[in-house]
Amino acid sequence: MGSFGNPDIVEIDTDILIIGGGMAACGAAYEIMRWKSPDIRVRLVDKAAMERSGAVAQGLSAINTYLGEQKPADYARMVANDLMGITRDDLVMDVGRHVDNSVQLFEEWGLPIWKQPGDEDKSLKDGGKPVRSGKWQIMINGESYKTIVAEAAKKALGMENIQERVFIVKLILDAKEDNRVAGAVGFSNREDKIYVYRANAILLVAGGAVNVFRPRSVGEGMGRTWYPVWNAGSTYAMAAQAGAELTMMENRFVPARFKDGYGPVGAWFLLFKAQATNNRGEIYMHSNKEMLKDYPPYGLAAVPATCLRNHLMMREMREGRGPILMRTDIALQALAKSYEEEFGPKEAKKKIKHLEAEAWEDFLDMCIGQAGVWAGENIEPEKKPSELMPTEPYFLGSHSGCCGIWVSGPEDLAPPEWVWGYRSMTTVNGLFTAADGVGASGHKFSSGSHAEGRIAIKGCLKWVLDHKGYKPSMDRDPKQLAEEIYAPVRTYLQHKDYSTAVEVNPHYITPRMLQARLQKIMDEYVAGVGSMYTTNEYMMNMAVDKLQELKKDSEKMMARDLHELMRAWENYHRIFAGEAHLRHMLFRKETRYPGFYYNMDYNFVDEENWKCFVNSKINPKTGEWTTFKVPHKDLVPKG
Amino acid sequence: MPSFVKAEKCDGCKGQDKTACMYICPNNLMKLDKERMKGFNQEPDQCWECYSCVKICPQQAIEVRAYADIVPMGGLVHPLRASDSIMWTIQFRNGNSKRFKFPIRTTPEGSIDPYAGKPAADMANLAKPGFFNLPPAQLPASGK
Ligand SMILES: Cc1cc2nc3c(=O)[nH]c(=O)nc-3n(C[C@H](O)[C@H](O)[C@H](O)COP(=O)(O)OP(=O)(O)OC[C@H]3O[C@@H](n4cnc5c(N)ncnc54)[C@H](O)[C@@H]3O)c2cc1C
Ligand code: SF4
Ligand code: SF4
Repeated sequence: MGSFGNPDIVEIDTDILIIGGGMAACGAAYEIMRWKSPDIRVRLVDKAAMERSGAVAQGLSAINTYLGEQKPADYARMVANDLMGITRDDLVMDVGRHVDNSVQLFEEWGLPIWKQPGDEDKSLKDGGKPVRSGKWQIMINGESYKTIVAEAAKKALGMENIQERVFIVKLILDAKEDNRVAGAVGFSNREDKIYVYRANAILLVAGGAVNVFRPRSVGEGMGRTWYPVWNAGSTYAMAAQAGAELTMMENRFVPARFKDGYGPVGAWFLLFKAQATNNRGEIYMHSNKEMLKDYPPYGLAAVPATCLRNHLMMREMREGRGPILMRTDIALQALAKSYEEEFGPKEAKKKIKHLEAEAWEDFLDMCIGQAGVWAGENIEPEKKPSELMPTEPYFLGSHSGCCGIWVSGPEDLAPPEWVWGYRSMTTVNGLFTAADGVGASGHKFSSGSHAEGRIAIKGCLKWVLDHKGYKPSMDRDPKQLAEEIYAPVRTYLQHKDYSTAVEVNPHYITPRMLQARLQKIMDEYVAGVGSMYTTNEYMMNMAVDKLQELKKDSEKMMARDLHELMRAWENYHRIFAGEAHLRHMLFRKETRYPGFYYNMDYNFVDEENWKCFVNSKINPKTGEWTTFKVPHKDLVPKG
Repeated sequence: MPSFVKAEKCDGCKGQDKTACMYICPNNLMKLDKERMKGFNQEPDQCWECYSCVKICPQQAIEVRAYADIVPMGGLVHPLRASDSIMWTIQFRNGNSKRFKFPIRTTPEGSIDPYAGKPAADMANLAKPGFFNLPPAQLPASGK
């Protein structure tokens, strides 16, 4: 039996290793077991429990991608416009043509999906018409969304092939073959055990990155972020360190949400037709409309890009006309009046009550904390408006953002330069990704993430079948790897008695303080909330230097227990995700996403020179970053 | 808005080595104090308020208290999760309250038979688009 500081080392050989247990991983687990023969070994590791791990832990109130009758090409057009023109149509269309199949499975497994009157008992698969809350979204009762999807995945894969509570720290490259992944190492956050996995192919789907930037709440509310606080950029960091090419890491997502609770605003805009205004009651989407003309064609579309809607809102905040208010009061009073006129007072009351329940469900299904804020503040939405606020920046590739890893596209849709054999493979042989991991293709959301996990795992299997004789060889032996992972524990045990206060000791830094330092750098120099999302080259160059020092100091992180050891490595991953973001921002000499961030040295969109992908990679031997342009192509006509 | 455990109600999941709250927390926050045999949130400011622990606790011992650095005291949002529905009670600081009930699932928990009635995969399609249950020919055309 291992002990703290002297862990057992467990070595595991598998053909396919799935890192993560979220939507993409669940899709992969479901799809793979139907294709593979019994001799192919598959193992899934999740740092949490699949039943409630990842971004869907609390549930969701909508599935944001269901195409129905609509065309994948139109979906690709919408995604491209929302992300200011630079997306991979091949990847988006591929998700678009596959995604409905996953949604139909969810319904079959037991997820309640709202139907239009008359179609209540008709499944989507049989042509039942869903209730849409937007062109691409459908409404669900989604409290148990993740529980349901995980149940199917766990049953398909078998618990004997699943390890929960194992945190993966890094990928290992093959010692003999160049640019080839050979395995991964991690540790249990419950027992003193290090795991060394040797694998032929790896699907890395560990979600996006949260709390790289200083969050707006820094006391107890620090964990109540919008995206899940526990997704720490492991996907981007581990892939980058292994030398995989990243793309569009300059993209970030800054959603405008109800202040402090981060509650969703969609239902208020769509169901209640509420408007957002400044403190004078002016609708900034109207009064600042001219500003959209600076950003053709993205500002001129029927629905302007998300970042541009923020851009119009932020002007009000900068010029002192804040706060931004969601006029729930006006909307509800107007609805009540029109219902009364149309249906009479009794029926109107019933209808309003029903709508009110739907609005609360929107919170309770996916952002319960917002309900808590309203309860504590005695908010009666029919009487008083509620504040909206742009959040701290997040990195994600599946929601309304597009940072991530550069992957091989579908052969029948992608131009040759975007295809290198195996669908969803990164530029490192044997390493695959999906969902939040894939760059240049946002708006997949929960359903598209599941579908893309299924697409990617087929690529993994093809790779394994084509490389059956492969024997992984790692450049370091398991003991050495274990030492690297347990370094924070060693540091703690060696120095803990030097000072009388465990938190303050010149020989080490606590993971919490390392995180605070990272967040301060990112917030103040890399366009966080503290500077209203503005920066410039000088400041970003300073941040590069500061991050290098921080990386050196990360070697002095300490960990008092296994939980803190996980925090140490999470924060290490956050540094790499943040550095990638910074280097991409510095390279792109324009402001592609006004409303998400402003590079004040180049505060414009430059279609001629910068309508291209920005990609980067680390040389795994030297640690050196290179950043470069990759030409963009529209595969579906836009305009 | 961190979770907290009511001392009187928690029975430490009867001394099993894995308590329900520890098992479920996506952020690994819940821990068992072995001396008192009570669960507790070891890092309240990293709590996402996802309520996974609240919903799973067999003793109804876990509640969520709005985060002290922002929200005025006295409100409470609390669920009661059954196998097919969830009932939410919202208590406002001023004493008002609301109650909502929503369905959560149309099939019994644990009843999913993942491949029942599903076709086998056709290995000839492995490198083509589509899923095992969605052959390439049935994919919607990507069209322009
Ligand atoms: C508040 C909120 C609202 C949303 N609203 C909607 C909506 O209305 N509709 C919609 O369709 N989608 C919505 N989404 C988006 C959707 O949840 C995501 O797109 C989707 O979950 C991404 O899937 P993923 O597999 O990439 O990541 P996740 O589902 O987040 O899974 C990541 C997994 O990786 C694991 N992990 C992380 N790091 C490691 C590591 N180092 N080692 C091992 N395991 C690790 C995690 O435990 C987790 O299991 C919302 C998300 C949030 C947070
Ligand atoms: S699940 Fe409930 S009863 Fe069990 S240890 Fe946690 S708080 Fe206590
Ligand atoms: S509410 Fe969620 S994040 Fe907080 S302790 Fe409970 S399970 Fe963990």
